[in-house]
Amino acid sequence: MFADTKWRARAGALATLASAIALIAGATVADAKERDKKKGKDEEVAEAPALAAIKADDPVYPSTYKPYPGVATAIRGATVYDGRGKTIENGVVFMSGGKITAVGGPDTPIPADITVLDGKGKFVTPGIIDIHSHLGDYPSPQVDAHSDGNEATSPTTPEVWAEHSVWPQDPGFGRALANGGITSLQILPGSANLMGGRSVTLKNVPARTMQGMKFPGAPYSMKMACGENPKRVYGSKGRMPSTRMGNLAVNRETWLAAIDYANDPKAKRDLAKETLVGVLKGEILIQNHCYRADEMALVLDMAKEMGYKVTAFHHAVEAYKIADLLRENDVCSAIWADWYGFKMESYDGILENAAFLQREGACVVIHSDDANDIQRLNQEAAKAQAAGQRLGIDITDATVIGWLTYNPAKAMGIEQQTGSLETGKMADVVLWNGDPLSVYSRPEKVWVDGALMFDALNPKTRPVSDFELGQPGEGDVK
Amino acid sequence: MKKLLSLGAVSALALAAAPAFAQDVTITNARLVIGDGSEPIEGGTVVVAAGKVVYAGPASGAPAGGTSVDAKGAYVTPGIFATVTTLGLSDVSAVSETEDSRAAATPFSASLDAATGINPVSQHILVHRVAGVTRAATALSPTGSIFAGQGAIIDLDGDASPIVQARAFQMVDLSENGARLGGGSRPAAHALLRAALREAQALTGKPGLPQTTEITKDDEVLLSRFDAEALVPVVTGKQKLYVKAERASDIRAALALKGEFPALDLVLVGASEGWLVASEIAAAKVPVIANGLNDLPDTFEELGATQSNAGRLVRAGVKVAINAASLQNPRRLQQAAGNLVALNRLPGAAGLSWGQAFAAISSIPADISGMGGKAGVLKPGALGDVVIWTEDPLEAGAVPTQVFIGGIKQDLTNHQTRLRDRYKDLDESQRPEAYDW
Repeated sequence: MFADTKWRARAGALATLASAIALIAGATVADAKERDKKKGKDEEVAEAPALAAIKADDPVYPSTYKPYPGVATAIRGATVYDGRGKTIENGVVFMSGGKITAVGGPDTPIPADITVLDGKGKFVTPGIIDIHSHLGDYPSPQVDAHSDGNEATSPTTPEVWAEHSVWPQDPGFGRALANGGITSLQILPGSANLMGGRSVTLKNVPARTMQGMKFPGAPYSMKMACGENPKRVYGSKGRMPSTRMGNLAVNRETWLAAIDYANDPKAKRDLAKETLVGVLKGEILIQNHCYRADEMALVLDMAKEMGYKVTAFHHAVEAYKIADLLRENDVCSAIWADWYGFKMESYDGILENAAFLQREGACVVIHSDDANDIQRLNQEAAKAQAAGQRLGIDITDATVIGWLTYNPAKAMGIEQQTGSLETGKMADVVLWNGDPLSVYSRPEKVWVDGALMFDALNPKTRPVSDFELGQPGEGDVK
Repeated sequence: MKKLLSLGAVSALALAAAPAFAQDVTITNARLVIGDGSEPIEGGTVVVAAGKVVYAGPASGAPAGGTSVDAKGAYVTPGIFATVTTLGLSDVSAVSETEDSRAAATPFSASLDAATGINPVSQHILVHRVAGVTRAATALSPTGSIFAGQGAIIDLDGDASPIVQARAFQMVDLSENGARLGGGSRPAAHALLRAALREAQALTGKPGLPQTTEITKDDEVLLSRFDAEALVPVVTGKQKLYVKAERASDIRAALALKGEFPALDLVLVGASEGWLVASEIAAAKVPVIANGLNDLPDTFEELGATQSNAGRLVRAGVKVAINAASLQNPRRLQQAAGNLVALNRLPGAAGLSWGQAFAAISSIPADISGMGGKAGVLKPGALGDVVIWTEDPLEAGAVPTQVFIGGIKQDLTNHQTRLRDRYKDLDESQRPEAYDW
């Protein structure tokens, strides 16, 4: 890993060079402002106008999301799963000002002048979070013109950002909200490339622009992919990598080049390497598509070699074989409940994957990777729970809800803001019309930052995307 | 938490060894599901003798016979009848060497016969047996032509004879995909279909060597003489024609074929927009193998897709089975059925009753496949396909504790259960995991 001191030295060197660079082009706005402060009247004529992009570390394409108006609301009498393993029977969840104000038992005080919903026989969970979605990048309708999830022209494209492909009119967002209770989701680039680019985390609210959905303050992640996909895509083009050893070699060369970049004070800006350096500095998380246990173990060693951390393995169908290793390395496994056998590296998928991981004390996240399954993540979790129970691995319902809420929030770096029902956090809340781990239950109401964004009892709260207007089934129950 | 019966809760006493022949069995104390659309019967009894159901109903009327199994209140149902699947036709779908449901390079189409490719011990068969699927309609995928070829009805008992009925149906694709396969457009696909059916009509009643002319384009055979021959039973109504269609107008066009070819025995597959033409489908008395939960405009032919499609079709009087091909894997059929029941509590949605939903994955697909009264139902004379479940079989986490196919108790191990058993612990202090088997 590059030395941190060198990184700072580079920044310092850049500052001293600022005026010289400004005369050419490529200096930053901040540099220009600094210069403006210093310059005197007599300098004005001599100064050439500076062209400057915003500095690499400053926010770009920033979130414009603002919580929608909500009314102070309390749900009383429901079974509450807080997302962190706690169950409150006959509980109270009180939200106001877009935040969770109070969570507790039946005696939890609530003001007299707020909306109170009777939750008897119903259940409350934090908003469901999908750590692995391609909504917006591979939207419906899935025509070629919409295929924006894989920049499959080079095996490493850390420079691409999934947010630049997101089509906010994807009808899938609304389905995920209404049927799945999804309040936050991570949109990842596809897995054609070893390094697919940056992900974006979104609040699941309808918006005219991606920025209107972008989760304020969420860190970026970089998508990586092991195994069959990169070697197939590039091997078939007669390019490296065509083998798993080729996958590792290309990855390692790329990391080494990024380290050199970080250590080079004279390096010109490089979008790809900025992403990689962000990972090396721990500011950008790694979400690594990786099915096989042996490959995950190799990736963990590569991360040690290069000095970064893997936050989560995605599609980790063989995670159960190395649950101990994953626990020791504090890596989450983002998995399906029952996908198996559709490709060679998924051949050893078993229903007990989540339960075995949980028993070993490793982090479990249930993910979708699918515009349909994202509408039923709760059911997928129930399947995985039942498989464990048949073997005597009893995992509480409240813990299982954590697989869809707090655990993905943690693996996306947003657990301080959402993912659990705790005072002061975003009021991202689902009221279910029954046990969320039963096939017979559906979201009845979904709040995002305290705003009621879906109400099954009110047809006008079904989001309808621009694409659906004037088409068969507009506004239909879906 | 939903209460599950542990695997040990059902008496395995007399069934510990699994003989490979049909044993007479009486299952008592069942929450009995007949599969015909009726609601479960508490305290029911099923009697299977000589591989067939001889009784299913209240305990009071049951004849005595065979080994006794106490279900201890568990759900007991007919086996799930999965349609449309590729079970037995592939090991790993993305590993082309193992994939026999697709054949883009063959010059043949309608004459392809799925029965010639079934591997009765494919892991997919073994995995789905453990999920309670006892019989399936297994079909080829249209890849080289609008005609996929002829599908088979199979059982999942893993013995040497998986074929229950070969050449049970022909499949033709009149969806967007079919338009592409037919040359690039819907009119192209329809022209090819009509030409093929007319060739078949010309051959009707003329046994012996096929005499028809090939239909070719750019040296590509669009319809060989053998394929035309294979369509004779279709055009004469002796073999069902499964038509893949999603868009309302494509469904209408499919129904209109009966005007030109009156003997056609049509079944619609997919029908995402079926609810928009529900009364027309009902009037034509054409059954539908409907996509269960698709609710996205994935293509321009599915703009009206909704989970309420099946419910609305049933309300209009259409016979509806759930299409396994629309699911991640066919073992999700019971979960899909459960979701349709859940819709009843969603204002504005059209769901199915529990009994209707179970029938949509058991007796109705069997009936559509020509096995009405023989499979997917627990009635006297039906095949002895019986499943005892851990919990309500329409719950996502439900799995069988015991599966009988044709009265034979099935082994419930497979690659996945063996992996599960091996990795129950990760202890390699004495030996690597490879020695744990």
